[in-house]
Amino acid sequence: MTSTTLKPKRSRASGGDAIFSYVILGLAMLILLVVLSYFVLLLSGGIQGLAASGISFITGTTWDPANGVYSAFPFIVGTLITAIVALVLAIPLALASALFITEYAPRWLSEPVGYLVELLAAIPSVVYGLWGIFVLLPLVRSFQLWFFQKTNIPWPPAGYGVMTASILLAIMIIPFIASISRDVIRLVPNDQREAAYALGATKWEVIRTGILPYARAGIFGGIILGLGRAIGETLAVTMVIGNVYKIPRNPFDQGATMSSIIASQFSEATDPRFVSSLIAIGLLMLVFSVVVNYAASVIIRKLTPAGVRL
Amino acid sequence: MTVSSKAPPSARALSSKLSPTRRFQNNLMLGLIVLGTLVVLLPLFLIFGYVLIKGFTAVIDGFPTFFTQLPKPIGETGGGIAQAIVGSLIMLAIATVLASLIGIGGGIFLAEYAEHRLANLVRIMSDVLTGIPAIVVGLVVYVMLVQSKITGYSGLAGGIALGLIMVPIVVRATEEVLKLIPTTIREAGLALGLPRWKVILSIVLPSARSGIVTGLTLAVARVSGEAAPLIFTSLGNTFYSNSLVQNPMAALPLQIYEYSKSPAPEQVSLAWAGSLVLVFIIFVAGLIARIATRQRR
Repeated sequence: MTSTTLKPKRSRASGGDAIFSYVILGLAMLILLVVLSYFVLLLSGGIQGLAASGISFITGTTWDPANGVYSAFPFIVGTLITAIVALVLAIPLALASALFITEYAPRWLSEPVGYLVELLAAIPSVVYGLWGIFVLLPLVRSFQLWFFQKTNIPWPPAGYGVMTASILLAIMIIPFIASISRDVIRLVPNDQREAAYALGATKWEVIRTGILPYARAGIFGGIILGLGRAIGETLAVTMVIGNVYKIPRNPFDQGATMSSIIASQFSEATDPRFVSSLIAIGLLMLVFSVVVNYAASVIIRKLTPAGVRL
Repeated sequence: MTVSSKAPPSARALSSKLSPTRRFQNNLMLGLIVLGTLVVLLPLFLIFGYVLIKGFTAVIDGFPTFFTQLPKPIGETGGGIAQAIVGSLIMLAIATVLASLIGIGGGIFLAEYAEHRLANLVRIMSDVLTGIPAIVVGLVVYVMLVQSKITGYSGLAGGIALGLIMVPIVVRATEEVLKLIPTTIREAGLALGLPRWKVILSIVLPSARSGIVTGLTLAVARVSGEAAPLIFTSLGNTFYSNSLVQNPMAALPLQIYEYSKSPAPEQVSLAWAGSLVLVFIIFVAGLIARIATRQRR
């Protein structure tokens, strides 16, 4: 099936060419095999947990391994809440830094600032977590304490919780959103800027009317990719979110995300059904991440103005 | 806004005619954007500051045993994380071999056999792999190799998990570098009567070598800090591993994760020291990649 298309254009193919092209084709097919095997293996590992819980694995609200009740719903909610709070914190900051680098900063400043923002992406998750535990968490805790005393709203000042995790996640996804936004803002043709300036627009009006609408597809795609990263991020979140089996009631409540519950419970899971249920959560994460990334690429393709290649 | 004179008005003259609201809005946004950028950079400096200060203190305190000894039990001071550094290096080596084989092969396929009808599918699937969380890859390798007892918890399983995470990064890098090689070079080789495979192996790949090495180095830097997939695959160990299979292996990020949960302050300070070493390794890898890229251009 492949020889027709892989055959070199020359009429007499050498034996070496055939062998080489099959080796390369085989290696490329491995990539397809890997993607397929991810789904197959996670399904085979998680089928026991899925079958035992049935539909309540997604719809139920209780995760209680001691009594054999497994429902991932609290962690799906926890994942969405932490990811969305992180996005709300990260988007304005990422956009601000992208606009600063591309539109405001002089050249001598924009390059080092851009490099520094990208450095944020190089710090490992576990180092973010360590910093989160010993630096960020006490800060959040003292804020909670202050808030508690001022308002009497009973938010126990644990420090561990959704807010700490979201702040940490926001810091971690800012470089991804910022770097894609920066790239698409750079691609906005100068005509757009000059046309807006010629109409007497101020710098901000140029950005608002000429640049952001033109770059919105790429920026939106970058945000979705940031969401994907936030959903998959594991250790930093695991270290500060508290990992309790309930749906968070307020922004400072403790909770768990899908990834944090897998990472924190795996070593304690002795019952095969417990292990299988954790693997099934992994399968959910796989589906989530594929859907989110596919959505991002479709959005970028559909919304990008004609002629712009990302 | 009418301009009567023929000479173009200066920017100042124009801006003086701005309504106060518009001028205020413009300045406000400038202020917010600068402030936002500072807020983004603040955690970077804080994290680096803490890792440098706490890490250096701990490394100097424990020098040189930190790099040469095994961990001591809780409560005893001293000890090191030598086995974690060695474990990380071994697993990164396994990962690099796996990822360069599949990744460079896939990249060659996408760049040199782009007309193949499966090329688009392979490219899409490689992009899909990029977005899959590391922890999911860890679970997959757990089901495939650990739970099935093929390798058990081991350095081999950990290395394979890290390698699978590297594959899409290497594919993308290889494809992009190969596409930068001018077609004329390939045609020159073919015109001399070289078969296609020889053109690729002895002309195209050598000209793209530094770019591919850069991609590999960046991929190594990216996974060297990953602990999540190792929880299910290499598990961690407080001793050296004497085998690549059926024997859990320690890793630097895993060790940091374990120590960060510890109630003992001396273990927490080892976690900071480990973080410093990890960040240093990643920084050096990034620097190597940057220098290699600069030489190419």
